[in-house]
Amino acid sequence: MKEALFLIKKAREIRKSVILSLNAAGSGHLGGSLGLADVFSVLYFHEMKHKPEQPDWLDRERLILSIGHVAPVLYATLAESGYFDKEELLTLRKLGTRLQGHPGRDHGLPGVELSAGSLGQGLGVAVGIALMDQHEKKDKRTFCIMGDGELQEGSVWEAAMSAGHYKLHNIIGIVDRNNVQIDGKTEDVMSLEPLADKWRSFGWHVLECNGNDVEELIQAFAHKSDEKPTLILAHTKMGCGIPEIENDYTWHGKAPNGEEMERFLGMLVKNR
Amino acid sequence: MKQFEVRQRKDTRSGFGDALYELGKESDKVVALCADLTGSLKMDAFKKEFPDRFFQTGIAEANMIGMAAGMATAGLIPFTGTFANFSTGRVYDQIRQSVAYSEKNVKICASHSGLTLGEDGATHQVLEDIAMMRAMPNMTVINTCDYTQTFLATKAIANFNGPVYLRFGRPAVPDFSPQNFEIGKGVLLNEGNDVCIIATGHLVWEALQAAEQLEQKGYSAEVINIHTIKPLDEDIILKSAAKCRCVVTAEEHELNGGLGEAVASLLGRKLPLPLEMIGVNDSFGESGKPMELLEKYGLGASNILEATLRAVERRTA
Ligand SMILES: [Mg+2]
Repeated sequence: MKEALFLIKKAREIRKSVILSLNAAGSGHLGGSLGLADVFSVLYFHEMKHKPEQPDWLDRERLILSIGHVAPVLYATLAESGYFDKEELLTLRKLGTRLQGHPGRDHGLPGVELSAGSLGQGLGVAVGIALMDQHEKKDKRTFCIMGDGELQEGSVWEAAMSAGHYKLHNIIGIVDRNNVQIDGKTEDVMSLEPLADKWRSFGWHVLECNGNDVEELIQAFAHKSDEKPTLILAHTKMGCGIPEIENDYTWHGKAPNGEEMERFLGMLVKNR
Repeated sequence: MKQFEVRQRKDTRSGFGDALYELGKESDKVVALCADLTGSLKMDAFKKEFPDRFFQTGIAEANMIGMAAGMATAGLIPFTGTFANFSTGRVYDQIRQSVAYSEKNVKICASHSGLTLGEDGATHQVLEDIAMMRAMPNMTVINTCDYTQTFLATKAIANFNGPVYLRFGRPAVPDFSPQNFEIGKGVLLNEGNDVCIIATGHLVWEALQAAEQLEQKGYSAEVINIHTIKPLDEDIILKSAAKCRCVVTAEEHELNGGLGEAVASLLGRKLPLPLEMIGVNDSFGESGKPMELLEKYGLGASNILEATLRAVERRTA
């Protein structure tokens, strides 16, 4: 499938930018950013209606990124889409940058819809947008990416409850289900399972897919719901794309040094 | 001293509800959210007239703030309504990150603030909300004193672009304030020469009573109503303080972080003068009738009067 090859290529470019920008910053969250590269590729280069040259286009479909710590993959994708020059990625986390350690909307980076970092807030904002779109009968969707560990925040379930209540079929939640969080495996820290059932019981339609497989992602996004909000449990590998660090949660909040950067970039080329 | 006609005794929250209803008629951009306190916030009229622009969020204040941020993202002007405690402390981080730091045009409207909430007691009597909201970047903080001012403030913030914390109360109180309102502009209620009283919220009326009693003792008090605590109208305060040479502040809030500290900070930097502060002194509230509580916690007219006499004495010492 030609489209899939294109999206795989875009995901590889995004991963490359993530590695370069994190190395330049000297700190940041590599694992989750790499794990979500395929989701971002499919969203920005296949699924979402958006105009990089007109970031405030009123009828755009929005991504509300609730897990702010994967900012590098958002920035890399926005640059890849043309929201700003790729060179700016190397200013990540530096004094005066528009690329704050966690997205800060008031720093003026085009494409950033919401400040995020303190967890559990994005879905509620997405619900507000989706409600207004429903109210104004706009035919567009709002996407919200959450981490799996983030689902331990109670405010997520307030938002989930309200999306179910208002039958927001125009909202697509995506859970980055990589089974890990800072202190270890989610099921050891504070178990989430049975996770799909939890969402279903809140009135959501739940789909599961391999979140590192663009064709499976395309299929999942193609699902149309008439009444219920949709939740995609995207099973991803933290660090996906770099076999050496895949599923190694010590890479949750680390940046590659120069040597590691060279090695990782080499692996990216080899693997795909 | 100037006499103020009490047009009626009415609660400030009705001023909010009535203005919200008018705003609903004026603009279809105005939407309202409420966390299961529609009657208490006087939002019924809006809800009845504009059911498709009223959103019940259930008892889920964090989500209410998030939804409002989303609605603002979609270009609307959302007004959230719940008690002051649940509008601030419970959702501080949501307001901080998803509203203020995200530059969302959300109006956080909070009733039942302060001790005059009365019988429900300390769990609901938030006395720290001005401090919290004052400390937050990008946030405008307004505390209204009566029905008319709350009505006018509600209408004014709809036309102001940016997040606002609008604080008002529960009980029926004298409605006396002038028929004009400008965000960030203090109101000179009475001219005087001996002491400058700066008051906000329900204590404005108490300050006027204190000024009357002070007149009988041969002193004249300038009374200024500061409804917008942030940004502070520095000009009106400095001008009056320079004339009177001593200042008293009065608020239904903790001394820590409230109007008094804002004024103290201003005077300390620009015009050091004797200052007395009326407010709650590092304490929670308790159950009781509104006026009983003001008395017990030292916020009544008699307490303001004593503070003015102390200030005048320090000035001349
Ligand atoms: Mg995780």
